[in-house]
Amino acid sequence: MQKKLILDTHLLHITVDRLCQQLIEAHGDFSETAILGMQPRGIHLADMIHQKLEEDLKTKIDLGYLDTTFYRDDFRRRDTPVKANATKVPFIIENRNVVLIDDVLFTGRSVRAALDAMIAFGRPKKVELLVLVNRKYSRHLPIEPDFIGKDVTTLESQRVLVELEGGKHNKIWLINKEEK
Amino acid sequence: MSQLSQKHLLGIKNLTEKDIELIYETAKTFKDVINRPIKKVPSLRDITIANVFFENSTRTRLSFELAEKRLSADVVNFSSSNSSVKKGETLLDTVNNILAMKVDMVVMRHSSPGAPHFLSKHIDANIVNAGDGTHEHPTQALLDTFSILEKHGTLQGVKVAIIGDILHSRVAISNIFALKKMGAEVMVCGPNTLLPKYISSLGVKVELDVMKALHWCDVANVLRIQLERQQIKYFPSLREYSLYYGINRRMLDQLDKEITIMHPGPINRGVELNSDVADSDHAIILDQVENGVAVRMSVLYLLAGLHN
Repeated sequence: MQKKLILDTHLLHITVDRLCQQLIEAHGDFSETAILGMQPRGIHLADMIHQKLEEDLKTKIDLGYLDTTFYRDDFRRRDTPVKANATKVPFIIENRNVVLIDDVLFTGRSVRAALDAMIAFGRPKKVELLVLVNRKYSRHLPIEPDFIGKDVTTLESQRVLVELEGGKHNKIWLINKEEK
Repeated sequence: MSQLSQKHLLGIKNLTEKDIELIYETAKTFKDVINRPIKKVPSLRDITIANVFFENSTRTRLSFELAEKRLSADVVNFSSSNSSVKKGETLLDTVNNILAMKVDMVVMRHSSPGAPHFLSKHIDANIVNAGDGTHEHPTQALLDTFSILEKHGTLQGVKVAIIGDILHSRVAISNIFALKKMGAEVMVCGPNTLLPKYISSLGVKVELDVMKALHWCDVANVLRIQLERQQIKYFPSLREYSLYYGINRRMLDQLDKEITIMHPGPINRGVELNSDVADSDHAIILDQVENGVAVRMSVLYLLAGLHN
C-alpha cells in the first residue's frame, strides 16, 4: 500500500488558522452564523475550527453535529448499512447562516444528504461548505465547497485517509488502493 | 459490524447479543429523529411494507405503521377480519398474493405459534414477527429492555420481575430471552396455574408471592390477564386475582427502594395495576410506547439494509 502524506500536524495548524481567518472575513462576529460538523469524520475538524474561532473572537459560537445516515441515497445499495451516529443541533437553524464542515469532499453525495438532514431542523438563510481536503474532478453532483483547506487531484481508486484526533498526531494521507 | 445476523425478526431467541445492541444503538438515533420538528427520514422511500394482522391489535399495529411512515416506507394494511381468509384461503396463499403486488417486507401477527417461521421458509421478503400466538413478541421485548436500559443505564445485573399471566404471554417469553441475553436477572411471578410448568428451565426464578417479588426486583414488568386466551378458569375470579396479585401504591410504599413499573398495555386498571401505580412517577408505561416506535424503526431500518 503506497501512502503519501498530504498534511501533517504543522501544516494542518496553518491551514485551520487560514480557514478561520477566511470564515471571520465572511461572517464577522458569527452572531448570525452557526457551525455544523458532519458525522462521523467532520466533527473533529468542526471542533478544531470552533475552538479556534471562539479563542480569536472571544465569543460563544453555536456548534452542532449532523448525522446523514438516514438521508443517504445509497441505502440498500451498499453491502453493509452505514452505522448511524448522534445528531446534535442545540440551536435554531431557521434563518441562520450555516457553515457545514466535513473532512473530505469527494462525490458530493454526503453533502447532498447533509442538506436534506439539515432542512429537517428548519430553513437556514444561507449554507456554505468548508472542507479540509477537496478531491477535485471527482464530483457526482453539482456541489462545490466555499472554503477549502487543500485541493488534491486524485484518481477514483485512491483514498484520502484523515487521522484527526485533535491531538498532536494529525495526519492526512493519500492512499493508492491498487498497491495493496 | 453494523448489520444484523438475521434476515428476519422472528423471535429474540435467534438474535445475538450484538444484534440486540445494534438495534438499541440505532433506536437511540431514531428516538432523536421522532423528537425533531420534522419527524421523518427518507431511508425506506423505495420500500413497501405490508402489515398483515391475523389477530386483533391496536397499539402494535399503530406503532409499526407510525414507524414505517416515519421511515417514508409505503404501507399497506391487511387484517383478517375483512379478508379472503374468511373465505378459506391459506396463510401462504394470502401472503403470496400480497407479495405478488411487490411488497418488500411483511410485518405479521398470527394466533398460531410459529406462523412467521413457517412463512420465512417459503417467501423472500423480510418478515417481522409482531406476535405469534403465545410464542414470541420480539419487538415488545426489545422496546421493554430498551426502556429499562434507558432508565437504569445498563441491563447487566438489573433484577426484573415479570408478574402476571406468564402462561399465555408471548411478551413474557420474549422478555425472558432478551433480558437473559443482555445479562439481567429475571424472576417470574404469578398464580401457580398461570406459570408454565418448565419455566424455570429458561434460567429464571419463580415466585408465587407478589410482595416477595417486589422486594427482590428493580423493575416490575406487569402483564395483563389475557382472558381472551383462557379457555378454562385459571383462578376463581378477577376480584380474587387483583386481591392477591394486583399492585397498588401501598405495596410500593412498603419497599425499601424505588422500583420501576412497566406494562406492555392495554392495562386493566384495578386488576393487575391500580391507577395510583399506573399514573405514578414509578411507571414508565408511556415511555415504553414512545420507545416502541423508535425500536420498530430501528428493526425495520436494519432489516431493510440487508437487502442486496
